[in-house]
Formats: sequence, C-alpha cells, structure tokens
Amino acid sequence: MGLDMIRKASRNAALAAAALTASAAAHAAYDVDILPPGSPIAQQIYDLHWAIMWVCVVIFVIVFGAMFYSIFKHRKSVGAKAAHFHENTTVEVIWTVIPFVILIGMAYPATKTVLEMKDTANPDLTIKVTAYQWAWEYDYLQDGVKFNSLLATPRAQIEEWEKKGEAKNPDYLLEVDNPMVVPTGKKVRLLVTSNDVIHGWYVPQLGINQYGIPGFVKDTWFKADKPGTYRGQCSQICGKEHGYMPIVVVAKAPEEYAAWVKEQKAKAPQAAAPAQVAAGSPSTGAVATTAAAPAEDPNRKWTTDELKALGEKVYAANCVACHQATGKGMPPAFPALDGSKVVTGAKGAQVALVLNGKQGTAMASFARLSDSELAAVITYTRTAWGNKAGEVTPAEIKAARKG
Amino acid sequence: MSAATHAQDHGHHDDHAHHPTGLKRWLFTTNHKDIGTLYLWFSLTMFFMGGVMALLLRAELFQPGLQLINPEFFNSLTTVHGLVMVFGAIMPAWVGFANWLIPMQIGAADMAFPRMNNWSFWLVVPAAILLVASFFVPGGAAASGWTLYPPLIIQQGISIDMTILAVHILGASSIMGSINIITTILNLRAPGMTLMKMPLFVWTWLITAYLLIAVMPVLAGAVTMLLTDRHFGTSFFNAAGGGDPTMFMHIFWFFGHPEVYIMILPAFGVVSAIIPAFARKPLFGYASMVYATASIAILSFIVWGHHMFTVGMPAAGNLFFMYATMLIAVPTGVKIFNWIATMWQGSMTFETPMLFSIGFICLFTIGGFSGLVLAITPVDITLHNTYYVVAHFHYVLVSGALFTLFAGAYFWIPKFTGKMYNESLGKLHFWLSVIGFNIAFFPQHFLGLAGMPRRIPDYALQFAEWNMWSTIGAFIFGFSQLLFLYNMIECIRSNRKAADNPWEGADTLEWTHLPSPAPYHSFETAPVVK
Amino acid sequence: MGNAQPGGYYFAPPSHWPIVGSSALLLMAIGGVMLMNSVGGGGWIFLAGTAILVYMLFGWFGTVIRESEGGLFNKQVDMSFRWSMSWFIFSEVMFFAAFFGALYYARVYSLPWLGDADNKLLWPEFKAHWPSAGPYLPPQFSAMGAWGIPALNTFLLLSSGVTVTYAHWALRMNNRKGLILGLLATVLLGFTFLGFQIYEYVHAYADLNLKLTTGVFGSTFFMLTGFHGFHVTLGAVMLTVILFRSIKGHFTADHHFAFEAVAWYWHFVDVVWLLLFVFVYWV
Ligand code: HEA
Ligand code: HEA
Ligand code: HEC
Ligand code: CUA
Ligand SMILES: [Cu+2]
Repeated sequence: MGLDMIRKASRNAALAAAALTASAAAHAAYDVDILPPGSPIAQQIYDLHWAIMWVCVVIFVIVFGAMFYSIFKHRKSVGAKAAHFHENTTVEVIWTVIPFVILIGMAYPATKTVLEMKDTANPDLTIKVTAYQWAWEYDYLQDGVKFNSLLATPRAQIEEWEKKGEAKNPDYLLEVDNPMVVPTGKKVRLLVTSNDVIHGWYVPQLGINQYGIPGFVKDTWFKADKPGTYRGQCSQICGKEHGYMPIVVVAKAPEEYAAWVKEQKAKAPQAAAPAQVAAGSPSTGAVATTAAAPAEDPNRKWTTDELKALGEKVYAANCVACHQATGKGMPPAFPALDGSKVVTGAKGAQVALVLNGKQGTAMASFARLSDSELAAVITYTRTAWGNKAGEVTPAEIKAARKG
Repeated sequence: MSAATHAQDHGHHDDHAHHPTGLKRWLFTTNHKDIGTLYLWFSLTMFFMGGVMALLLRAELFQPGLQLINPEFFNSLTTVHGLVMVFGAIMPAWVGFANWLIPMQIGAADMAFPRMNNWSFWLVVPAAILLVASFFVPGGAAASGWTLYPPLIIQQGISIDMTILAVHILGASSIMGSINIITTILNLRAPGMTLMKMPLFVWTWLITAYLLIAVMPVLAGAVTMLLTDRHFGTSFFNAAGGGDPTMFMHIFWFFGHPEVYIMILPAFGVVSAIIPAFARKPLFGYASMVYATASIAILSFIVWGHHMFTVGMPAAGNLFFMYATMLIAVPTGVKIFNWIATMWQGSMTFETPMLFSIGFICLFTIGGFSGLVLAITPVDITLHNTYYVVAHFHYVLVSGALFTLFAGAYFWIPKFTGKMYNESLGKLHFWLSVIGFNIAFFPQHFLGLAGMPRRIPDYALQFAEWNMWSTIGAFIFGFSQLLFLYNMIECIRSNRKAADNPWEGADTLEWTHLPSPAPYHSFETAPVVK
Repeated sequence: MGNAQPGGYYFAPPSHWPIVGSSALLLMAIGGVMLMNSVGGGGWIFLAGTAILVYMLFGWFGTVIRESEGGLFNKQVDMSFRWSMSWFIFSEVMFFAAFFGALYYARVYSLPWLGDADNKLLWPEFKAHWPSAGPYLPPQFSAMGAWGIPALNTFLLLSSGVTVTYAHWALRMNNRKGLILGLLATVLLGFTFLGFQIYEYVHAYADLNLKLTTGVFGSTFFMLTGFHGFHVTLGAVMLTVILFRSIKGHFTADHHFAFEAVAWYWHFVDVVWLLLFVFVYWV
C-alpha cells in the first residue's frame, strides 16, 4: 500500500497546517504532529496514525458534505417541502458493510505492528526499569550498571507562587540527572516494574508506553535508529509529583556506549546481585524487604560536613517534594521534619523509618539509596533548620540494613 | 386544548389537593415530574461545581510553572472534576429526562415505583455531599484520577473512603432508578404502544437501564475490594499477597466502558427525537436505530481492554480488544447516517434544539474518530494517557452528552413549564459554546500527539501555546453556560405562554396528547395508541 | 391518601420513608468512614444510622404490606413487582460476578504470572500453585476442604430449596398448614446453614490459619463466602417475616407476590452457593 505516499502527504499537510497557525503567532511552537519517530516501531505507529487519520478525514468530508448540502438545500426558508421516505434496505446495508470493510483495512496493518511490538525475543541488551515515587531506577542486567534517574530542573524554576520563577531551562521538566544510555541499532529489552504505585514508562519517539506495575515485571522492547536524545514522561498518575518524573534516553553509537559502560563501572564498583524490589504490602502490614544497597566504596570516611553537604543534595532530589525545602512539610498529609519527634529523637527509629518507609502512607522505603546517601540525608535532616540531633554514619545504615 | 386532555386535567385536581407544599413537597414527592425536576436542577448544580473545578485546573495550566495551586490539589481537582461530571452532572441529568419523559412518551400515569423513585434521587444527594465534602477533610480530596487505581488509592487518606462509600450509594441509586425505568417501560405502556412503536428516547433508556443494572454492581464490587484492601487486610490488588493491581483495572473498565455508553445512549435518543421534529420528516431507519443501539450495548461489554493496552496484556488480548472496539464504529455509523438521511429532503428549520443536535452530530463524530484512532493498539501506545485521550472524551462527553442535554432542555422546556425560552439567547448560547468548546479541546489533540501526559499540573515549554488556547477556550465555554442558566430561569419566570405543540414536526404523545405545561400526572387514563 | 382506581394506576401518596432512608445511609457512611479511620464517635454515628435504616425498612415495608393487604394493588402492580424483583436479582448476580471474576483472574492470570520466569527477578523463590497466599506472605495455611461442612451445607441449602417449593405448592393449594410447616423448615435449614458457616470460620481462623488476610486465597474465600452468608442471612430474615405473615393469615392462593419474591431470592442464594461450592471449595 502507499504508506509512503500517505506519510509524505501527511507530513506536508501537517506542515501546511502548522505554517498556517504559526503565521498567526510567530515563533510559537504550534506542533500538530506526532514527534519524529526514533525507532522502527515508532515509525510504524506514525504511519498507521496518519493513514487512519486520513481515512477518517475523507469519511468526515463525505458524510458532512452530504449533511451540509442538505442543510443548505433542504431548509424550510428556501421553500423545501419535506419528503416522506423513512426506510431503504439497500442503502442501510451499504452503509453497514462499507465501514466494516474499511475497518478490516485498518486492522490488518495494525495487527502486524502489534505482533512485532510484542516480540521481545532475542534482545541484545536487557535493562530492568524500576519506578519509584518519583524516580526511575535503571539496572543494566548484563553490563552491571545501575543508577537512579531524577528530575534535574531546579524547583525554583517550577514554583512561581511568590514571584515569577527564574527563567526556565529549554528542556524544562524534561531533563534528568542520569539519563538512560543505550547503543543504537541494538534491540533493547526493558523489564518494567515498580516499587510502589503504578507508573508509566513513556517515550513517544521510541514507540514505548509501558506501565510499571508493583510486584510484576512486564517486558517490552525498542531499537533506537540514530544517535540522539529522546525524552518522555511518566504516563500514569502516581501521586503528587507525577508531573515531575521525566525520562531521558540517550542513544549512542555502540562504541561510545561501551565507553560509557566502562566509565560507569569505574565510578562505582561492580553492583551487587539484582536488588529485590520491596513490593510493599501496605494493607497486610508485611514489612518491606530492604533492597540491597547500590555498591560504593565501603571504606571511605565521611566528615560531618561532607555528610551534610551530600545530604542537602539527596534531600533536594528525594524529599523536598513532600517535606519541602523548609522542612515544614505540608501538614497534615506530609509532616514537618523540622522539629519532628522522630527526627530529633533516637537515631534507630529514624533510620528504620527512612529505610523501610511507613506502610499505608506516601512515605516510601528509600532503601534504594546508598548507605552514604542515606546517612547523609538523615544527618542533614537531623541538623538542618532548627533540628540539633546527632549525625548518622554509613556504617550505622549498613548495620540497620542487616538487622 | 383538546377535550380529552381537559378531562384529565380535571381528574387529578382533587387527588393532589392535599399534597404537601414547600420543602416537604420536594422531600416527600412521589411524582415523576417533581423528581425529574429535582434531578435536573441537581445535575445543573453539579455541572457548575465540576465546571468550576475544571476552570481552576485549566487556569493552572494556562502557563508552564506552578502559579496557583499545588500539585496535590491539582490532582484532587482533576479527580473530583471527573467524578462529579460523570456521576453528578451527566448521569443524573439523563435520569431527570427519563423521569419527565418516559411516562409521557409511553402513555403512563407515572413511574412504576414512585416511592423508590424518590429514594433514587435522595440518595444522589448524600453521595454528592460525601464527594464534595472530601475536599475539606485532612489530606484533601481523592487525588488518584477518577479511575481510582490501586495501589495509589491505598496510600491516600480519609477522602478515599468517602469517595468509595459515595460510589456505593450512587450505585444503589442507579440500580433502583434503572429497575424503575425498565419496569415502567415494560409494564406500564398504554394499550397499543408496542415495543417497536416506542419513541427512541424510551428505547435508548431501556437499553441504558439494562447496562446500568449490569455494571453498577460490578463497580460496587470493585470499590468494595478497594475498601477491604485498604482497611481489612485483603490482597486483591496486592502482588505480595498474590493479587494484582491490573485486576482492578479489568473490573473497573468492565464497568467503565459500558458507563460511557450509559452517558451517550440517551443522547442518541434525544437527537432521534429532535432531528425528525425540525426536519419535519419521520426518522429514517427506526428499526435499524433500535438494533444499532442494542449492538452498541452488547459490544460495550467486550471492549474494556482498550483502556489497558499499556499494562502489558498478551498480544492476543490486545488484538481481541482492538478488533471488538473497532467494531463499535459500525452501529454508531449507522446512527449518524440515519440522522443525516432524516435531514435529507426534509424541510428544516434551525431553532436552538436543532442547532445543538447538529453540533452534536458533527463534533461527536470527531470524538468517535479519535476514539477509533485510540482503538488501534499501536497508536494508542503513543497516545495513551496523553491529552489526545482528554480531547477524545471531551468530544464525546461535552459535545456529545452535554450538548444533547442542552438540546433536550430547550426542546422540552415548553412542555415542562408551559413557557417559551428566549430563542436568540439560545442561539447565542449555542454559538458561544461551539466556538469556546472547539478552542478548548481541539488543540488538546495536538498536545497529545506531541506527547503531553494528562493529570499533570505543569508541563514542558513546547506545550505552552496550545495550552494557553485551551484555557482561553475553556473560559469562553464555561462562562457561556451562565447564558443557559439565565435562559432557563428567565423562561420559567416569563409569561411567554408556549403552545401545546410549539414544534411543527414533533409527534410523540407528550406533544400530541398533553397540554403545555403537562399535567401533574401525565395520563390518568391511558391513551390508546394506534 | 393515595387514590386507587380499579384497573388503574395506583398513585402512591407522598412519603417520608425515602428521605429517612437517605439520612440513615448518610449517617452510616459518615460513621463508617470515621470508624475505619479511627476517628472517635464514628461507632455511635454508624449505629444511629443503622437504627434509622431498620426503622425505615419496617415503616416502608409496613406501608407496602398494608397497601397490598388492603387490596390496592391490581394485576399490573403485581407484574411490576415481578419485573423489578427479577432485575434486582440480576443486579445481585452481577455483584457476585465481580468477586468470581476476581477469583478467576487471580488463579488463572496473576498467580501464574507471579511465578513466571521474568518475575523471578522480584520473587526468586515463588512457585505458583493454588491455593496460594502470594509470594510474600508466609504460606503456612490449609485451604478449606470441600467434603466436610461445605458438602453438608450444600445439602442443607438444596433441601431448603425443596421445602420452600413445597410451601409454595401448599399455598397454591390453600393448604395453610403445609405452607407454614414448609416455611418453618426452610427458615430452620437456613439458620442451620448459617450456624455451620460460623463454625467453619472459627475453624479456619483457629485451626487452619486461614484468615481474611491470608493473601488472595483468604481474600477471595472470605469475601465470596462472606457476602453469600450475608445474603443467606437477609434471605432467612425475609423468610421469617413471610413465615409470620403467613401465620397471621396473609397471602392468598393467587395473590402472594411477597412470598414468591423471597422464594426467588432464596433460589438465587442457592445457586450462588452451588457455584461457590464448585469454584471456591472444590476445584
Ligand atoms: C460518551 C462517552 C464516550 C463514547 C461514546 C466513546 C466512544 C468511543 N471510544 Fe472512548 N473514552 C471515553 C468516553 C467515550 N468514548 C472516556 C471518558 C475515556 C477515557 C477514560 C479515562 O481514561 O479517564 C475514553 C477512552 C477511550 C480509549 C482509551 C484511550 C486511552 O486511555 O489510551 C479508547 C481506545 O480505544 C476509546 C475508544 C472509543 C471508541 C472506538 C469509541 C466509539 O464508540 C466511537 C464510534 C464512533 C465513530 C467511529 C464515529 C461515527 C462513525 C461513522 C461516521 C461511521 C464510519 C466510520 C468508520 C468506518 C471509521 N475511548
Ligand atoms: C462527564 C463530563 C465532563 C464534562 C462536561 C467536562 C467538562 C470540562 N472538562 Fe473535563 N473531564 C471529565 C469529564 C468531563 N469534563 C473526565 C471524566 C475527566 C478525567 C478525570 C481524570 O483524569 O481522572 C476530565 C478531565 C479534564 C481535564 C484533564 C485534567 C487532567 O488530566 O489533569 C481537563 C483539562 O482541560 C478538563 C477540562 C474540562 C473543561 C474545561 C470542561 C468544561 O466543559 C467545563 C465548563 C465550565 C463550566 C460549566 C463552569 C461554569 C462556571 C462559571 C462560568 C463560573 C461561575 C462562577 C461561579 C458561580 C463561582 N477535564
Ligand atoms: C511521597 C512523599 C514523601 C517523600 C518523597 C518523603 N516522605 Fe517522609 N513522610 C511522608 C509522609 C506522608 C510521612 C508521614 C507518615 C505517617 O503518617 O506517619 C512521612 C514521614 C517522615 C518522617 C517521620 C516524621 C514524623 O514526625 O512522623 C521522616 C523522618 C521522614 N518522613 C523522612 C523523609 C526523608 C529523609 C525523605 C527523603 C529521603 C522523605 N521522608 C521523603 C512522605 C514523604
Ligand atoms: Cu510516576 Cu506518574
Ligand atoms: Cu472505553
């Protein structure tokens, strides 16, 4: 079929429409098209969409052409007299059968694409994607690389309540600290799951939208054609920060990818065995398993100031959403940490709480952070604002994980 | 006024002479018209409440960045907007029309179970109180989306329990209302009113009521499981205990998809009454309309999976749901074609009800087409949970269900009140609505194609322009609705007396056999239908 | 008063029962929410709501019974009752369908998925086989066997179906004694069933470690049998009412819809039990 022709025609029409609206307001981004596809499946989706769209447009024009013709010709004000027919089996059969045939024409190519999308066999590379409220964890099962990926846009650009925010980054809300990196031209299989609630790993240009369902692993795959950066967002409402959970995939030539893997491994020694996800069991009251910590140099000695400095960063990335930069939280839903009994009380209780989370509340387990990060963020909360409690060391976290 | 109707008019006087007045009349009423009126005012109120929520969230979406409300509250607004519009505005409005019209259109005196009818209405009110009050409890209103997916719903506070119990009460109300409607239609028809002579509004409601009875209990079951998962330690939706969050989605959408047809089938009935009236020509293909409605209803039970193409169902599941969903285009198309054939070679005039009906046909078809695009599994992968879906369902719900509600209100208000509404104001309402609506929702297709997720309070910069337009359109549309409110109140208070049949082409019993306003009890002695 | 025309529509007079019922449900909902979230006073509000609901049910049904016995209902009204009861039972069927659907889905889909190769990443030790409490909870519990009490209960309910049919037959034959004895037997069988059911629950909690919280098996087991038991209770209470009305001399050989409605309901409860027996206890 002339899918190519349809593709060209649709591009042109889309461009024309865009140009029209754009002339109305210069420089504005009046996109009316799907983003350029970056994978073979995305390309098929793109073509399917426009093919079906054009069929619908044609039907629309014919059907409503007839209706408006009738509206203009058969109006009382131009002296139309009403006819009295009210049945005609032949036309009724025709307009039942023709749509049916058109639908079969649409279903055929769609079926091919569905079967292809679902074929996850023989991947070149498998990455386990775990969603957290609100971060993505990528675990390269063969290459032994594992890291978290969080929103990188500073909150000052987001919150404009007091004053008009700072100028926004060009990739406002679509930028992360650690993007997922993949080699081009390779079949990447994703094993998507979640640690807490349902999230959606959605990168339109790669033709992927897959829910991460807590306790289940669902697989899907993509192949990035060309080097480039592909952006997406979490597609399923997952709590208050659902809008702040971007995904960035950077596709690199295979050699560059290999170099990237090396570099990552140099940063952190070999990751431990795949972490067990704590598919929390809020209502049954079962305690979440503590995930194996991301590996790091266990012998490093931290000074209190180093801990506080790291802690502030970890806090800004993981905790501000609920407990706020001021530590005042948003009571009653999200308690203040400034002056909190737990935070100013015994170490053990706070460590246990942050490590395991609290079942049935939005306070999730943060066991996915490393020992030093946890020590840092806990130390930070215990010493920031008006709090004056003591520091917590990575060794104490390590001990807490075991027991 | 004919002699026959006058006699009836007389007959009921002594019987409701000692009916209570004032507040008691409305609290205790067993009269289908009073109850219909209660439903209609209630739903209009809820529509404005849901609308204000929509405008608030649109205001936040006017620009990127957070200016007005925090994300948690935004999610609550989205959720309660969806719930209030679906369960508070559209559904009760259709029940209101059913109450007013069904007895008149089949030549009955009243509904089959007048006391239960009253209860159906007075259950909706406590449910609405629970829903709206949940904004004021600690933690704020439900913020999970109207689909209430676990486990997110397990995390949240008191408001979720209020929402769940509200849904239970609404379910009880809908089931009783539907039993009442089905029984009335099956058992209280006037002599000679065979099934295949019933006006299409009655037919569509018969089928709608059947859908309601079939799916409301399923929803009740689903939210009951949520409740026990939350508070009593069951593991229906918890993988750790062998359950599955996806299971909730299956059960919810088994309800949810028929639910959307529950909101649109009565609309088809109303349009099938209005188009022939203003084309002055009988409805084309009456029988095929009935069969098409029934086919849509039956198919609606086997398409729910199209809301779940991204959960990772096996390929066979995806394909089955894709094919079944696409099939619905066939009977729906039959309806569209029948309406156009009804207009063909008619002698048309374009009063407000007709304008809204024509607006409905065009815009609903756009919504149907976007539905078809979403039904194509691979395409849905890029569009799922984006603004394309939001555009789709507002085209079918707002310019579908809501526009026909307006059409129905303008069409029947002369019969309800005996007064005529202001035609030019009605037309103004129509044009502002159409324009505002399209500015608000057409650009959302583009946002979705470009990948903007729904249920987010803040968005990337490339989405800014279309969102700005969408918000502008939403405000135009929203404020135009004040015209409707004004027009209705002004009509009721005016003294522009309406004729018994102000519409040349209207030929159902309420127009041909009853005066305007219709008497308190429609037909105390049943008319004989030839 | 309403007016009833022979052969015409019965105009029910305005009634305060519905609004009383709505207030009751609102109170129950508020009280229930407070109870579940441990807000003080919830229990009392819930109780007050329940009391009002019971009062309303007595009042409302009382009114209808008086109207019925007063001969205000004609054949058409009788037919309306029949339609409405059938559709009501259909809605109940759909309610149970949701829970049977959950059982089916958990057994046929989610458990096998949890045990499949990909999910080894999350649940390395889990082997999916029914009955199961899922991959996370301690699995030491025993399922309820089918051939003890459940089989006996099946026998009881089936017999009660026979006795209620006998009572109906007797009523039609104007055999009041048969009617009352048949009903009495049905009620007794119903309550015996409930007694065994309670015994079974105690046994499950005490000896089998099978609880509502025992993963998806416990959830589906207790919710399905629990809702069924609740329906049996309702049915038995309604049968008791019918029994007392029969003793008072209500119902005639050709005018006894209330009796039939309850009998239908009883048969429905019976059929649900058969499904439970097969899918929850047996296979
Ligand atoms: C009144 C409400 C209503 C109606 C009538 C419909 C009608 C349809 N809907 Fe819609 N839908 C919703 C309300 C409705 N929907 C809502 C509320 C949601 C979102 C829920 C949520 O997630 O919150 C939704 C979501 C939704 C999705 C999921 C999207 C996603 O989340 O990813 C899909 C996917 O298949 C879909 C498809 C359809 C289809 C195929 C129809 C069909 O019935 C349309 C049929 C009509 C036509 C096709 C036009 C007329 C036909 C012709 C002129 C004949 C010739 C045509 C051809 C041969 C093409 N709908
Ligand atoms: C059922 C019908 C229905 C109707 C009629 C509407 C009507 C509208 N909807 Fe609704 N919408 C839904 C059903 C409906 N919606 C559903 C089911 C969802 C999904 C929820 C979810 O994701 O969970 C949704 C979601 C939804 C979103 C997506 C939110 C998100 O994803 O975060 C948006 C955004 O634009 C939106 C906008 C609107 C607007 C602008 C209207 C307008 O039509 C509203 C018109 C406005 C008015 C009628 C207001 C009139 C008031 C005044 C003029 C003010 C007067 C002032 C005072 C008296 C104080 N809706
Ligand atoms: C999803 C929102 C959210 C995030 C993100 C979050 N918390 Fe919490 N936190 C909560 C909630 C809700 C509670 C209250 C739990 C309860 O009901 O007791 C809480 C409670 C706490 C408490 C106990 C406070 C008290 O007085 O009871 C501490 C300490 C805490 N969190 C630390 C942290 C740290 C450290 C981080 C980041 C690493 C963090 N939280 C991230 C939501 C969050
Ligand atoms: Cu994560 Cu939305
Ligand atoms: Cu649907």
